[in-house]
Amino acid sequence: MALEIPDRRRRADRGYPFFLVPAAVLFTAVIAIPFAMNIGISFTRWQGVGPMTWVGLKNYQRLFHDSVFWSAFWHNVGLVVAMAVVPTVLGLIVAAGLFDFIGKRFGSRTASILRACIYLPQVMPLAVMGVVWGWILAPGDGVLNTVLKDVGLGSLSHDWLGDPNTALFTVMAVMVWIQLGFPVVIFMAGLQRVDPVLHEAASIDGASWWRRFWHITIPQIRPETYVVLLMCTIAALKAFAPIYVLTNGGPGTSTDIPSYYSYQNFFVKTQVGYGAAIATVLTVLTLIVTTVFIVVQGRDQDEER
Amino acid sequence: MPKSIATAGGPRTRRGYAVLVAFALLAVFMVLPFGFVLLNALKTSSDYSAHGPLALPKAISFDNVRTFWNLVDFTHVLWNSVLISGCVALCAVVLSVLNAYAIGIGRIKGRLWILVAFLIANLLPQEGLVYPLYYLAKQTNLYDTRLAVIIVFTVIQSAFGTYLLSSVLSAFPRDILEAARIDGAGKLRILWQVVVPVSRPTLAVMLTFFFIWTWNEFLLPLVFLVSNQNQTVPVALGVAQGEHIVDVTMQAASGLLGIIPAVVFFLIFQRTLTRGVTVGAVK
Repeated sequence: MALEIPDRRRRADRGYPFFLVPAAVLFTAVIAIPFAMNIGISFTRWQGVGPMTWVGLKNYQRLFHDSVFWSAFWHNVGLVVAMAVVPTVLGLIVAAGLFDFIGKRFGSRTASILRACIYLPQVMPLAVMGVVWGWILAPGDGVLNTVLKDVGLGSLSHDWLGDPNTALFTVMAVMVWIQLGFPVVIFMAGLQRVDPVLHEAASIDGASWWRRFWHITIPQIRPETYVVLLMCTIAALKAFAPIYVLTNGGPGTSTDIPSYYSYQNFFVKTQVGYGAAIATVLTVLTLIVTTVFIVVQGRDQDEER
Repeated sequence: MPKSIATAGGPRTRRGYAVLVAFALLAVFMVLPFGFVLLNALKTSSDYSAHGPLALPKAISFDNVRTFWNLVDFTHVLWNSVLISGCVALCAVVLSVLNAYAIGIGRIKGRLWILVAFLIANLLPQEGLVYPLYYLAKQTNLYDTRLAVIIVFTVIQSAFGTYLLSSVLSAFPRDILEAARIDGAGKLRILWQVVVPVSRPTLAVMLTFFFIWTWNEFLLPLVFLVSNQNQTVPVALGVAQGEHIVDVTMQAASGLLGIIPAVVFFLIFQRTLTRGVTVGAVK
């Protein structure tokens, strides 16, 4: 009997890998093979049809010297600021304000209604938000320009998305508006973990709200901050939909990002090999960002202990 | 107990109200664009050009909504989105359950690496898969079919689902499993009759998320679904944006049609959603 149980268990454990068979087949077909093909294509010159010519690293050399790619890369850095950095900082302040100022003085119902309003853009498809903002920012008698005129600031009215000097900043502003709800919701949930005794002790010692925010709230919800920064940064690298709908990367290339640039090469210019090289670089960039975050977070947690 | 913090500055001081007003303004700012869309989608074009975007409609008119609806065959488009998102949500939950059962409860060998592989699959930008997928879909006659999109997103969503559910199931009470095993239940029966019913709340959150995430997807549906009769809501609106729309009120009408389904989901799923985001974050 005593010998039989481990034996039976081992036999019982043997069947589990079979449950992974459907996933193994599907992941090979939908992720692994296409991923490998994309890397393979990036070493060729190919128009999507007809002969494929092996060119080695030529596409990557071209990419390295391509000023359009580099400007697209820097625009994407701008989007990381707009979609990760700014929403995280604002989100921390808004979440802390809602949670332990509004929530405690005006009731948690008030706080959750305000939170729902801030979160609303997050449940919308990005493409739909693009349509809405494209319409609001329309040149001439668009909504924003009309509002400016009505409050007497008509001289500021502008073709926001059509002027190369303002297009990127306008897109960035829209992205902050879209993204803010995500950190707010995550941080408000995280704040519930913070022991109220810490705040109480600090406020008895006479610490102001800002001091408590800085010295208690922020350190306590560091795990959430990492998750938010990572997820928002990755979202910024994949911001294809808003660029497609808002600006098509333009005017000129003033709002182009690698994600959109690869799509253009694939499906508009039919320079599939070059597009694949851009997509591969984007993939590597995503993996690097993820690894860096996980390593930094791990080190940070080790120090905590 | 936290009352003492609240009373530190008095519960409803002048400063307290100032902060409340600031937050209310922020909330208004977040909701205002939706208000503008609603205000103008229900106007006639001549009303818009005569009185501008800020005036109330002289008369409620569904002309633009109706015209846009017919232009893109919105009934069809809406059904495509429901069909694709619904199928993906169901299939991806099933696939996640199967995977997580092997990883979280079966604790198979090499599970850590398998999890890392799923995580990478979830993080890979779709840009790096889109052209080969497009090519393969053409080769297999799946190009411009909803089935192709369903298969691809089932895999992509289940990558996240597996990651999340594996850690949930690894904390599954062992004695329940042991009891079922002693009763002679096989692995499949334990899965469907013990594990799935017990983890139903988590599965419901996943179902909701997969549905909404798939609904909101843009790049792959844009590339795969070229003909209007197969398109999803975001793709139909995104494409229409550049093509037929000439007039501003119709653009507002199209925005309204994109917003309404999302608002409906938001209201239905709000509790699951806000709770679910937390599940995803803390892991």
